[in-house]
Amino acid sequence: MGLLSDPNRRKALTNLLTRLNAPICMVCYLAAIVWFMGLAFEPFTLRTYMSENAMGSTMVEERFSSGERALSLAKEFDAHKRKAGGMPVEWLVKAMQARGLEVFTQSFSRKLPFPDENKERYMVRGTNVYGILRAPRAPRTEALVITAPCSPGNSDNQAVGLLLALAQYFRNQIFWAKDIIFLVNEHDLIGMQAWLEGYHHTNITGVKLKNYLMTQFHNWSIQAALSLELSSDVITSLDLILEGLNGQLPNLDLANLFYAFCQKLGVLCTIQGKLQRNDWDTAEGYTHAAQTMMLMVLKQACGRSWGDHGLFLRYHIEAASIRGINGFRHYKMDVATIGRLLEGMVRKLNNLLERLHQSYFFYLLPSLSRFVSIGYYMPAFGLLAVILLLRALDLWVNLGAPALEAVDGVTEAEQPSGPGVLTVLTPVVISHLTGVALYLLPVHLQEMAVEHFPVSETEAVVLTAVAIYTAGLALPHNTQRLLSGEGTEQGWKVLKLTALLYLAVLLGCTALINFSLGFVLAVTLVPITASMTPHMPKALSALAMVLLSPAFTILYCVFIYQELIEAPVSVGEGWMLFLSVISQGILDHALYGSLVYPLLALFIYPCWLMFWNILFWS
Amino acid sequence: MAAPLTLLLIVAVTIRAVLFRSSLAELISERVEVVSPLNAWKRVVEGLALLDLGVSPYSGDVFHETPLMIYLFHFTVDYAEIVFMVSPYFVDCLSCLLASLDRAKIAIGSNNLKSDLLFNFPGCLRHIISFSTCGLNNAIIALFIFCTLKGSALLSGILLALATYQSIYPLTLFAPALLFFLQRLYIPVNLRRSSFWCFTLQYAFIYVGSLVVITGLSFFLLGSWDFIPSVYGFIFSVPDLTPNIGLFWYFFAEMFEHFRLFFICVFQINVFFYTIPLSIKLKEHPVFLIFMQIAIISIFKSYPTVGDVALYMAFLPAWSHLYRFLRNIFLVSCVLLACSALFPVLWHLWIYAGSANSNFYYAITLLFNFGQILLVSDYFYAYLRREHHLTHGLYLKKKDGTEATLVLK
Repeated sequence: MGLLSDPNRRKALTNLLTRLNAPICMVCYLAAIVWFMGLAFEPFTLRTYMSENAMGSTMVEERFSSGERALSLAKEFDAHKRKAGGMPVEWLVKAMQARGLEVFTQSFSRKLPFPDENKERYMVRGTNVYGILRAPRAPRTEALVITAPCSPGNSDNQAVGLLLALAQYFRNQIFWAKDIIFLVNEHDLIGMQAWLEGYHHTNITGVKLKNYLMTQFHNWSIQAALSLELSSDVITSLDLILEGLNGQLPNLDLANLFYAFCQKLGVLCTIQGKLQRNDWDTAEGYTHAAQTMMLMVLKQACGRSWGDHGLFLRYHIEAASIRGINGFRHYKMDVATIGRLLEGMVRKLNNLLERLHQSYFFYLLPSLSRFVSIGYYMPAFGLLAVILLLRALDLWVNLGAPALEAVDGVTEAEQPSGPGVLTVLTPVVISHLTGVALYLLPVHLQEMAVEHFPVSETEAVVLTAVAIYTAGLALPHNTQRLLSGEGTEQGWKVLKLTALLYLAVLLGCTALINFSLGFVLAVTLVPITASMTPHMPKALSALAMVLLSPAFTILYCVFIYQELIEAPVSVGEGWMLFLSVISQGILDHALYGSLVYPLLALFIYPCWLMFWNILFWS
Repeated sequence: MAAPLTLLLIVAVTIRAVLFRSSLAELISERVEVVSPLNAWKRVVEGLALLDLGVSPYSGDVFHETPLMIYLFHFTVDYAEIVFMVSPYFVDCLSCLLASLDRAKIAIGSNNLKSDLLFNFPGCLRHIISFSTCGLNNAIIALFIFCTLKGSALLSGILLALATYQSIYPLTLFAPALLFFLQRLYIPVNLRRSSFWCFTLQYAFIYVGSLVVITGLSFFLLGSWDFIPSVYGFIFSVPDLTPNIGLFWYFFAEMFEHFRLFFICVFQINVFFYTIPLSIKLKEHPVFLIFMQIAIISIFKSYPTVGDVALYMAFLPAWSHLYRFLRNIFLVSCVLLACSALFPVLWHLWIYAGSANSNFYYAITLLFNFGQILLVSDYFYAYLRREHHLTHGLYLKKKDGTEATLVLK
């Protein structure tokens, strides 16, 4: 505490921090970037290991062998799906019943706020079919879920086939201590959302359910869920997808389990579609790991669910999606192997005595066998946040606050009274009102926009959002008009102090909930917000500010993502992708309660506008 | 003074009435930062239901209010909203009055109504609409301070007894109140003077007498002594380890059972122990001592809520003349600001998302209490420093004539 109570040492420290403020900030920023990039370097990461005792050893003998049957079931399912033009409910119910499951269906309907052009749907009506394999050995208080989607077209038939074959095989085994629910969901996440809400007797997103309460359940707890996505008879490798809604991740033990069984069965496994490499000491090896990690960061940052598993996480259910890839020519495996892998995983999960909680929930994966835990990646964000605090401290000292005054408390005369509350409050309130407009208007004004302009509803929503965003840039001039007096030197300093602290708290909270989002925003917002003053050359800094604004961050993320998945796009395509990302973000918020859109519209964007105001302070 | 004060009150009433009606109230009344097992309105309702059925409300492990409180609500349950809406005003009015009183005496500082507004609203906002009986306890303490400052020893003693009866901890306010009356009556604090003992005994008699009367009254109302273990035992032995913004829950959840008694003594003694050194150091400044005591109670009590924090924060404007001597105010406000944002975030991550755990939440609790302690000690130091400057002049010189700085060690 000597540092806090001894005025001389405080003075020295404060002097140091204010004099060397800019260099320290720059060093912090560079250190943050270097630290973050270093996370992908293998010697700095930890090897994954199984923490959960109940799943410790891989002493399970997998016997599943009905791969051929799975494929024929898939063909049958495909034929019935085509005939029914959607979910073949009757056939599926019969097929499940024939395998000794208790079968139920659940109908749901949902009207989207505006048409989803990517998936071409607006009024959604569908049915989920699920069968329960009752545990012969234990009280029915816990359950595991295996899901496969019923998708339009040719995709995911094999997943349903395998699901049915597994159900038949599992039915003949006697060691199940948890009920196993086999679920075929229609309309991917919308169906999944409907099922989860029905199961948990909640209604948070406004899905309309026909039979709202699933009375056959007594709300026992689901311990884990696996979602299958297989679209071809020949599978060369399996991809594990972990990123869920709002960037939530399942317990790392689930990934470990998958990896352990892939090793055991000699199955090629990938994460983010990237194979693992062993040459970490070469430049290519490092780049590969860095790319894998960056992909994870980008996927997590966008806060949407990247597989059907993503919505389970919200209900404390550890879940992951397993996607079959048909891309690496030399390795081939039959469906029976995938069946064995799933059998092994489910049997291990069946052994669980409590929820998966031993391992990490906050992590990044540069490869399947290496992980970066929260303690390692948080400093990267911390270094960025420190910049904001240092700048705030500098301003505070500059403002001549008596607390940190060089003479330590003894100021000469009464300070001229600081800028009125109104000077600072007006920009803050106006910025936030713009944010509220950005949040509310696009969806609510779509009808009016469609009437007056030749655009579709979706375009109307996205373009309204872009328009409001751009209109916000004109604000500073109007704000000035509202203020009676001239903006003083002290005025912008107080405003900037407020805005810096606000941004620091905002980014801190975001980074805790979704590290990737917090970090990506911090990387782009911190440099410009930390250095912004009204005395900089207007045109140049305005350009820099716009180029580092939240919307452009999304645009860059789109390009980097396309680059990383090795599907680079031209500027025009990138722009179209950017628009569709916005519409998806708004839809995700309306349908599943993703928080990224409200966060950006209601908090980050107004905060950025406050700095924009400072630039045009006069 | 009167006109702005009235205006302020009208604005405050409107804000509160609106907030009470909004859906925010429901959301907030569930937050652990705001309600404790001692004062949750849900529990009061449960106790009332038991009372109506003719069962002792203390027979379960749900209700921990005092008997007088439950009988008060027994008769006013239909008007509970109004009671809750009105009670925080005592705190508000009082802090305004205190600020004005102090200023009149010392004539430092300019207009303070604005800072009253600023300090009161963000601090209290959450506890205002929390619908917890904490507001009533705060009102009693505020009234006690008001009566003390007005010089009415009788009322002050009775209200102090009532506050003690409500939550025990205000017991430590006895010392500053006594010091204040002694100062007011020009009786020196001298153990050998009979006038000192005479007044002390008089005040102690009022206090203890009314405490006995109130406790007796509770006994006769309820017909049993059930409430003693259920209210005071509950406060002292901390059996309910629901997370809150205090320091107790995590520590006692982790502890081996056979150390429990020892550490309960260690933790509880914190509230009472500081009375002695502070009373000796601040015996000339009982009003500031009251502030310090309230702050210490709210930091170290077993079930603290934001309402308790708001009570002492409401007194900060009264010390606006200390502002220029504060040194860590930037750090403290950053810490408190960050904590109030991080509490709900980490709670969400722990309870709803299931990805974080109790350690994360407790880390923020620790940080929050660190901020509070720093704030209180900063004010304490600033007060002492100001006193020093009042007697030695604003510009201090060393013996050799160079400029000197004060160091607190």
